[in-house]
Amino acid sequence: MAELSSTLLYIAFIIYLIATLVFAMSLSDKKGKENKAAYTRRWGRVGYALSILGFISQLGYFVTRWIASGHAPVSNLFEFTTFFGMMMVFAFILLYGIYKTNALGVFAMPIALLVIAYASMFPKDIAPLIPALQSDWLKIHVTTAALGEGILSISFVAGLIFLIRVVDQTRSTKKTKMLEIIMYFLLCVFGFILVSAISAAAGYETSFNFTDKKDQKVELTYNVPALVGPPNGTQADDHFGPLVASPSWMNGEQAPRKFNTFIWSLLTGGVLYGIVRLILRKRISAAIQPKLMNLKPDLLDEISYRSVAIGFPVFTLGALIFAMIWAQEAWTRFWGWDPKEVWALITFLFYAAYLHFRLSRGWHGEKSAWLCVIGFVIIMFNLIAVNLVISGLHSYA
Amino acid sequence: MRSQTYNKTMVDKIWNFFSSVKVGIWIIIVILIAAAIGTIFPQEMYIPPNVDPTTYYKEEYGTPGQIFYLLGFHNLYGSWWFLLLLAALGISLIIVSIDRGFPLYRALKYQRVTRHESFMKRQRLFAVSDSGISMDRVKRVLAKKHYKIKEDNGNILAEKNRFSRWGPYVNHAGLIIFLIGAMLRFFPGMYTDQTLWIREGETVAVPGTKTEDGQYYLKNHKFIMELYDKKDKDYSAALDKTGNPVPKNYQSNVTLYHAGPSDVVGAKPELKKERDAKIKVNEPLSFNDYSLYQVDFKLNEFHRMNLKLENKKSGKSYGEIKVNLFNPKSTYVLGNGYKVEMVEYFPNFKLDENDQPTTENSVPDNPAFVFKMFTPETPKGETAFIGIRKNVEAGDNKYKMSFSGIETKNVSALTVKKDKTLPIIIIGGIIFMLGVVQGLYWNHRRIWIQQRNGQLWIAAHTNKNWFGLKREMQNISEDSGLVMPIDQSDEKSA
Repeated sequence: MAELSSTLLYIAFIIYLIATLVFAMSLSDKKGKENKAAYTRRWGRVGYALSILGFISQLGYFVTRWIASGHAPVSNLFEFTTFFGMMMVFAFILLYGIYKTNALGVFAMPIALLVIAYASMFPKDIAPLIPALQSDWLKIHVTTAALGEGILSISFVAGLIFLIRVVDQTRSTKKTKMLEIIMYFLLCVFGFILVSAISAAAGYETSFNFTDKKDQKVELTYNVPALVGPPNGTQADDHFGPLVASPSWMNGEQAPRKFNTFIWSLLTGGVLYGIVRLILRKRISAAIQPKLMNLKPDLLDEISYRSVAIGFPVFTLGALIFAMIWAQEAWTRFWGWDPKEVWALITFLFYAAYLHFRLSRGWHGEKSAWLCVIGFVIIMFNLIAVNLVISGLHSYA
Repeated sequence: MRSQTYNKTMVDKIWNFFSSVKVGIWIIIVILIAAAIGTIFPQEMYIPPNVDPTTYYKEEYGTPGQIFYLLGFHNLYGSWWFLLLLAALGISLIIVSIDRGFPLYRALKYQRVTRHESFMKRQRLFAVSDSGISMDRVKRVLAKKHYKIKEDNGNILAEKNRFSRWGPYVNHAGLIIFLIGAMLRFFPGMYTDQTLWIREGETVAVPGTKTEDGQYYLKNHKFIMELYDKKDKDYSAALDKTGNPVPKNYQSNVTLYHAGPSDVVGAKPELKKERDAKIKVNEPLSFNDYSLYQVDFKLNEFHRMNLKLENKKSGKSYGEIKVNLFNPKSTYVLGNGYKVEMVEYFPNFKLDENDQPTTENSVPDNPAFVFKMFTPETPKGETAFIGIRKNVEAGDNKYKMSFSGIETKNVSALTVKKDKTLPIIIIGGIIFMLGVVQGLYWNHRRIWIQQRNGQLWIAAHTNKNWFGLKREMQNISEDSGLVMPIDQSDEKSA
């Protein structure tokens, strides 16, 4: 059952990849003969069907893994992040159903792909549940929260398309730089996957002995060459040694290892970005912009807002209300200012501010789109950095 | 709006300040940023319990840590200024709701069907066409789309989902109730949070549960810790990788008792059994307003220690004493003239700064004793200091005490919790969710159709989701023959 599960996830991944390409193709303007609108519509339909097919396959992964492990597969970083990617796809399917905009697929599907690929870099073994996680609220809270975050992510996707479409690319401004930074970070995720995959294929390993915060002797095994070692650690083998030690305030589980991988991601992202720039000979967003010129900014703005309008209540329900009910049962209090809780509250407050800006202060279009970008950064921060840097009760996921 | 009518007294000024949505948004943003800064380093409640926070933050996190501590971010969420921000948010919610809610209600309740020419022209969706289509058909189509239709002189106002306009006020009301609930915790009698360490076999009064009707008692029969089996076929791969055993269950088997009020001070309470229960993580035992949670444990705490009195030369034993480490006797008689006196007892032995034996606390984690041994051969008694891996004797003792066994017990830590604010918080939460859904999942739409100088004027408005409105107008115009209004914001931007 576990193997079937992995296979289904793999198939889903491939289908998503094809769907991305089909959506991208549907935007290309090289077809001269045919009616452009009909062409776009036809391939958009194919891409949409493929997305749904991929989603069904991933749903199969989810169900089979649930059967194999005996609990909802949302209990560690691999399972949660994979599920988050799946919810992004689901949110995309939902919003494409309403708005039928192919460009949404060109951006949403690869970002979901990156999320799922990122997830697969974490340990994939089926793990048992510790007592604190043995509750029906695990599946209720985590799935609803992930669904909310997935829908909110689509608001980022639509906002990003909006910005690439409308930001003036004739000269370099703060806005064009910000857009390039977003592109760079997306490439960093890709870089992370690349580095991890190459290292894994080469079977690279180097380990350190050091004493952690709780005064326990720990052995840390890196799967990529160590640029950053643990504080006061000694390398157990004669592989390429660390250039510097990681800051001692990084508290999370295996923080130095994760920090090292993070540095690698930034570097590889930089190299990738450089290569792409060299090939394109212009800013990445400037290269994409012409493909988006026949999209109405208004519609993109609407999709972005609509995603928040749909996602915000779902997120609130899952990440705050269900979370509080469970926390009351498992940790004796519904609220305890645990870092993950605080960041869920921050996400909530941020989107509440967004809604007020938009509905009450009339922030539409560009301002609204930039806010959606910041919102996504907060969601990603809660997913990645809170687990990397900050230790807390959610250290398992 | 009150805020636009009065601006004289202090109250008016404060009212006007908080009635601004802009101020409200800023309060949200300041709370958001403060909350984020508070997560950079752990809060005081999450640092190890036995360290001094004045030095901890500097030692662990350097200068940034020291600044964090000095600015009070180590206890941010309980600090006066953070609570003040939350209070400001609450006030803003109340004032904004009153200041805007009632005028909006009146405006929508008494709106006219026939609007002024300039009002029509101002609407984002607007068109003028030749009249000559059947108004009955238009009305039928609108009714089919669930519009409520009001008529005045052949002019039409079609409206739907007005209730969605109350969404923001409903969700704000929910938040206010939620915040009030959270505030009530600080009133006496609303909230209890205590920890109870209870050993196996012990029956103790449950702290915080004493009322005029008496008090609850709890007996801990057994604490159980289960680990996952390393050979478990589903999980073996993951279990091998972590190396450490993974816990499967923490559980206390208990019996809950209740005792009525006692008139005599110090009298033994008469316990009436309420029920047997298993308290597990995620499955607290709830009774009345209280809940008992499994939060911690200590395995194999020393409970009883057995020692033998032996002749040092021959090794012959003259009997065994069993020392209850929580309630030791002063004399243990072994018969035939043999007895042992306990001169001193240190449950958790350590040496103080003057190298004198003392005890850290009353928990027998490292018990040590000073015994005086009496035998027919040594009627004056011989003194010996006995501890774990420590044995100090005075000179040429003929007899000694040696360890012959130890009995241990597990200890459960339970949290006793009473929170009478929960129902209010739950109601607040539900109202908030309903309000958010009501406000965001429906849209208030209005369509005005007017006959003017032989022409038909159409205007449409929605509070949000213009795309949806335009799509609906498209359908309506296809079905009724009404001309499709033009989006005037498109024309401006084009």
